[in-house]
Amino acid sequence: MEVEVRLPTVLRPHANGAALVKVDAANIGEALSELSSKYPGMSGQLLTQSGELHKFVNVYLNDDDVRYLEKLDTKLNDGDVISILPAVAGGSD
Amino acid sequence: MIEIPSTILDAIEGYLISQYPLEGCGLVGASNLDDISLLRVISWYPCKNTAQSGKLYELDPLDYLKADREAESKNQQIVGVVHSHTHSDPYPSLTDVSSAPDPNWHYIITSFRFHSPSTRSYKFLAGKIKEEKIVIT
Repeated sequence: MEVEVRLPTVLRPHANGAALVKVDAANIGEALSELSSKYPGMSGQLLTQSGELHKFVNVYLNDDDVRYLEKLDTKLNDGDVISILPAVAGGSD
Repeated sequence: MIEIPSTILDAIEGYLISQYPLEGCGLVGASNLDDISLLRVISWYPCKNTAQSGKLYELDPLDYLKADREAESKNQQIVGVVHSHTHSDPYPSLTDVSSAPDPNWHYIITSFRFHSPSTRSYKFLAGKIKEEKIVIT
């Protein structure tokens, strides 16, 4: 399935500045792996060494957080949009 | 230097006050990013603090997604995050620095330690904290 991936500003330098890239993948895990293959600078920023989604990265399929779907096994359909967002957190402590 | 219209600063501080005693948070957007010495904030997106804490914030990723889409639809870009310190100075904590998602973002902190809000802005460059002047227009 060809899907679009929206990249956060922090990852765009690894994709030659692109905000939106297309990948061909059957599920979220494949899409993230293809991204890392196309843009090696992203390798290690999306998935852990054991192949899990990094806890400081949020991945949405259209309007849904894939952690509440089938995580990396979430299936894709043509025209889907994947959004990658860094976790934004902090605090006074 | 960062330029913030008074209407946006009022909206930011008003929202953060409304979240007290919890920490409040949100995102700011800009359109012209060519001049790296001057950022003009032109939009503000209040977001939910999913940590629901007076000492921590975790910005709701769905609110971030919606803000990012809205900013993009206006040819803008999310360029920074705002959060409140309910009981400490408007200075980044170790957590703020270690959790910073993007070295190019601007990190705006409003403190309610004293009776009137105090807002400052910072950049985190290679782990170092650099304050930037806020100009209110």
